[in-house]
Formats: sequence, C-alpha cells, structure tokens
Amino acid sequence: MQHVIDKRVPAHPVPVIRISRLTKSYGHGDATVHALRGPSRPGTDEPAGVDLDIAQGDYVAVMGSSGSGKSTLMNILGCLDTPTSGRYLLDGTDVGHLDEQQLALVRNRRIGFVFQSFNLVPRTTALAQVELPLAYAGVRAAERRRRAMAALSLVGLGERAGHKPNQLSGGQQQRVAVARALVTAPAMLLADEPTGNLDSRSTEEVLGLIDGLNATGRTVVLITHEDEVARHAKRVLRLVDGQIVSDVRQAPVDGPPPALHRAGVSA
Amino acid sequence: MILWQTLRFAVGGLAANKVRSALTMLGVLIGVASVILLLAVGNGSSRAVKDSITSLGTNSLTVSAGSAAGGSRATASVKKLTVADAKALASEADSSAVKSVAPVVTTSATALYGNVSYSPGSVVGTYPAYFETANQKVGHGDYFTNDDVLGSRKVAVLGATTAKQLFDTEDPVGKKIVLGGTPFTVVGVLAAKGGSGFTDPDDVVIAPLPTVQNAFTGFGAVNQILVQASSADTTTAAQSEITRVLLGTHAIVDPTKADFRITNQASLLTARESTTKTFTVLLGAVAAISLLVGGIGITNIMLVTVTERTREIGIRKALGAPRAVILGQFLTESTLLSVIGAGLGVAAGIVGSHFSIVGIKPVVIPESVLGAFGIAVAIGLFFGSYPANRAASLRPIDALRHE
Repeated sequence: MQHVIDKRVPAHPVPVIRISRLTKSYGHGDATVHALRGPSRPGTDEPAGVDLDIAQGDYVAVMGSSGSGKSTLMNILGCLDTPTSGRYLLDGTDVGHLDEQQLALVRNRRIGFVFQSFNLVPRTTALAQVELPLAYAGVRAAERRRRAMAALSLVGLGERAGHKPNQLSGGQQQRVAVARALVTAPAMLLADEPTGNLDSRSTEEVLGLIDGLNATGRTVVLITHEDEVARHAKRVLRLVDGQIVSDVRQAPVDGPPPALHRAGVSA
Repeated sequence: MILWQTLRFAVGGLAANKVRSALTMLGVLIGVASVILLLAVGNGSSRAVKDSITSLGTNSLTVSAGSAAGGSRATASVKKLTVADAKALASEADSSAVKSVAPVVTTSATALYGNVSYSPGSVVGTYPAYFETANQKVGHGDYFTNDDVLGSRKVAVLGATTAKQLFDTEDPVGKKIVLGGTPFTVVGVLAAKGGSGFTDPDDVVIAPLPTVQNAFTGFGAVNQILVQASSADTTTAAQSEITRVLLGTHAIVDPTKADFRITNQASLLTARESTTKTFTVLLGAVAAISLLVGGIGITNIMLVTVTERTREIGIRKALGAPRAVILGQFLTESTLLSVIGAGLGVAAGIVGSHFSIVGIKPVVIPESVLGAFGIAVAIGLFFGSYPANRAASLRPIDALRHE
C-alpha cells in the first residue's frame, strides 16, 4: 500500500485534545463510582482527575479491560457525555461551556465516530448514511452526493451505495461507518473498539483505512483491548480503574503510523 | 435538506411499521369522519325541520282569540275575532308590512261521494288569500276565487288525502260531493305537502268563508285570522301593525290586556332550530371526543416509536443532528399520520354523507370539513410534540446506550 504523507502537519503540533483534572463519577455518597478518577490527591482518597494531551496527527490507542473507564473517556472526548469535573479543550475550545446546539455542531464538524456495533441508521442506504452528517451540516444535495460517493469509494464500497445495512456484511457495515466518519473531514476520528465485532480479514481492512486516515494527518483515538490493534497506534495508553497507568510512544507523532511504516520498510 | 429530507425520513419511519401506522391513521380517520358525518346528520335534521316549517309558510301570522297573557282571560270578557276585524286589518294595516288577510273558520263534517263516506280532518272556510298564506298550492284544477266568496258559491278545494279517500283514482275536479248535507262542486285538488307531524296537512276541505258559515258555523266569530306579511323580514312589523289595528277595533287601550294572540311561524322556526342546534352540538361533541381519542392514539404510537428508535436518535445526535432536526423529524411523522388520517377521514365522511342515516339525509357543512381536517392536523402537531420533544431532548450517550 502506498500512502502520501501530508507534509502540512506542523513539526510541533498544538494539542488537539487537552484534558486536565477530568473526573467522571456515577451515583452519590458511598455508592459513588469513579469511572475516571486519575491519581488520588496526596493524603486523601479524593480523585485528582485525569490529565491528557493529544497532539494533532497523533494515533492513540486507549487500552484497558472493561470497566477501566476507556469508554467513558471516549464518550467525553466525543462530546457525547459531560465530565463531572475538569476541563476539556478541543482545538483550544472549552467544550464545557458549549450549549447543546454548539455541541451538536462540534460533533458534526470536528469529530468522526466509529462504533463497535457499527451504529448505522436502520432502513437507510449506505449513500444516505454517509450523506447524513453532511445533511446535518447543511451541505447542498448535489455536493453531498458527490462527497458521499467519494467517501464510499475510498472505503471500497462505491458499488454498494444503494445497499441497506441488512444487505451488508459486518465488515462492509463498519467500512460504511468509517466513510460516514470521514466524509465531513473532521479533525479527529474516535473509534470505539471498531474491530470488536469483525473477523480478522475485515479487521485488517478497517484498520488499514484508519491507518491511511492518520497518515493523511487526521488525529485518531482508538479504543481497544486487543494488542494486535494497539500495535497500529503511535502511542498506547493503558487505563486501569479510571487511571492512566502507562503511556508508551511507539512511533513519532509526525511520522506515518507504525503499521504503514513497517509495510513501507518491508516493501 | 431540510424539508424534503425530513419528509423522506418521516415516510420511511411510517412505512417501517405499516400496520401500526395504518391503525393510528384509522383512529384519526374515524374521528374526522364522525365529526363530518355527525354534524352533517345534525344539519340534515335541522334542515328537515326547517323545510317542514317553511312549508307552512314562514311569512304567515296567525291571529286567534284569547289573551296573550293568559291570566286576564277570566276577568276580561274576551271579544271574539270577526270578519270585521279581518276587514279592518286588510284596509287599515300598513300595506308595506301586511300583504294579505284571510279569516278562517274551521269545522268538521262528513263528506259523501256516491256511496263513499269520509270525514276529512278539517273543513276550512276562508278567502282565496289563505292558499298563498298557508302555502297551500293547487296541484290540479283551480283555486276558488273572490267571486266565489262574494257569491257564497258551493265550491271546494280538496286536500290530497281527502281527494284520494273520496275519489281514489277518479278525477275529482268538476265532481259534486255532499258535505254535511250541502252539495259542493270540487274545483281543485291541493298538491300533497306530506305529513310532518301527527296531523296530516293534506286531509282538508277548503271552501269559501260565507259558504261554510252559511252551511255549518253561522255568521259569528271566526276561529283565526291568517295574515301574510310581505316578507320574512317584515313579520315583526306586521305583528305590531296587527296589534295596533286590533287594539283599535276591540277598543283596548292597554296592549297588555289584548284579547287576541299572534303566533308567528318564524318564532316557531327559531324554537325548533334551537332544539336541533342542541342536537347538532351534542353530536359534534361526541365526534370531537373520538377525534381526541384519535389524537391520543398518535401520542401513544409516537411514544412507542421514540422508545423503539432511541438508538437511532443517539446515532443521529452523534453525527451532529441538532435538536431541531430530531424534533422536526418526529413532528413530521406524527403530523403526516394525522394529515393522511384526516384526509382519508374527510373522504370517508363525504362518501358516508351520501347515505341516509336513521331516516335523515345528512347535509355536509363545508366548515366542518375544513374544521375537522384542521383540528386533526393540529392534534397531530400537538399530540406529537410531547414524544418528539422527548426524543429531541435525549442525551446522546443515553440514547446510544439504549438497547
């Protein structure tokens, strides 16, 4: 595979995501569960919150067992959920101060989602699925169709544009979801166990697509519990009980993703 | 996107559950159709009552002896109405209000033709003006004339029922009948009016006043004086004219002590109309309730739909659908349900109104069609707004987690 690396990625990128002292808890009093807590404050049992910076163009895998808080983190990063405390700056904007309307706009313009369970809209053709975020963004019909078709072709499903989710395999559905996530050209791609429901061949296809997107400069945050998948990332975070316990860089931010790099070397 | 896309999503949503959507529409359909149909039935029955009263002559006023107040009847000596009163009315009353005057005596007698004997409902002695005032039209033959009255000729006009009883299929015109011992020549037969109550208006014999007085009642008081106002609008003016003239001839100063009564077909009509109006309102209320129930059906089904599609709402929100779009989508769906249901209901109501219901021919009120349709659509919007609002205010994370 040959991918062109976007040379416009700055050498010292500003963080696209900056979270500081972020906590998320459910329930009250003794029954409080801290899904995200970070280290405890010195001398107390109080959570100090999670701090994390993710640079523009980075490819971060967030790992952890179930209940480690990785999905909570992803939901907060995707502006689907609000933190209990702490600050979240997305592209320098404090998301905590945005109202619902503005959050919808942020989700639409800045973030592309890929979910484990595909989350396609039922009874809707692949083309219409991919057009949907553009429609919400107010793009004109002709332009919408053109961009949606381009995105579908990119994921290799140009021929399946008229198929509905129940006429597509799992791998194809996930590729439609990837096309839908990238069609608005968002700064960040959030993938929540995108390969969790896929066979190994489809997994390779979908990860290949995500690698390619990262190679063109898009920031990717990928949640997984498989080491195989995490190997594709430039940076691997491990979460245990709502804390980041390890942060390993596997490749530089402004290089190609490791899987592509390896492919390039072996070629 | 907005309109076309939203509409397409809504149609898709409805088509996904065809039976459910159809049943919900049926609720609205029944509501709208029953509003249109029941109001049409009410209107039809009111029209029927109106027609039957109009057939008696809306412009006619009946003057009869007796106190209007009723209480003073015992004290004051009641002066009977006479032909002189009628003549005074004809000559003195303002002719712009009073068109014609006909004194009426009513009696009963047995009629004989050949060996057929029959007792008509009433024998009426009057002037030719009576025919027009009482809305009695001759269907065959002719009316008797003023000359017949002046000459006290023994001529008679038969009601349709009386003619049928006496002559069966024979042509009565020109034949002689014997009425209470006096021979009369039949000059005409009235057109049938059809019964609208307990008495048959066609069972009557009408003859010149002096002839009847001479043969039966004697030349004393008359039973009634029938006055025809110049138009339906002048009945009130005619009524006050009659009061003025008769107070004069009866030499009564205080109008409250009047010894005659004036009844007005128009006031009768108003009374009957208010009855049928109540009837129509009741029917309309029942229909409105069924429309309301149809609306609740929409809420119910839209709530189910929202619950069922919570995940889809979550996906759409994650893709950046603003609140207004989600709200619009579900509102469009519920409104579409009500619009289609109401449209079919209008069709059903109009088709149904072509059939006669419990003997009443329904008459569709155009406003009721527009009103029922409009209200149904408004109900779709109103009752759909709660579920739609619920869908729109779901938090994306909760919606996505929904199983």
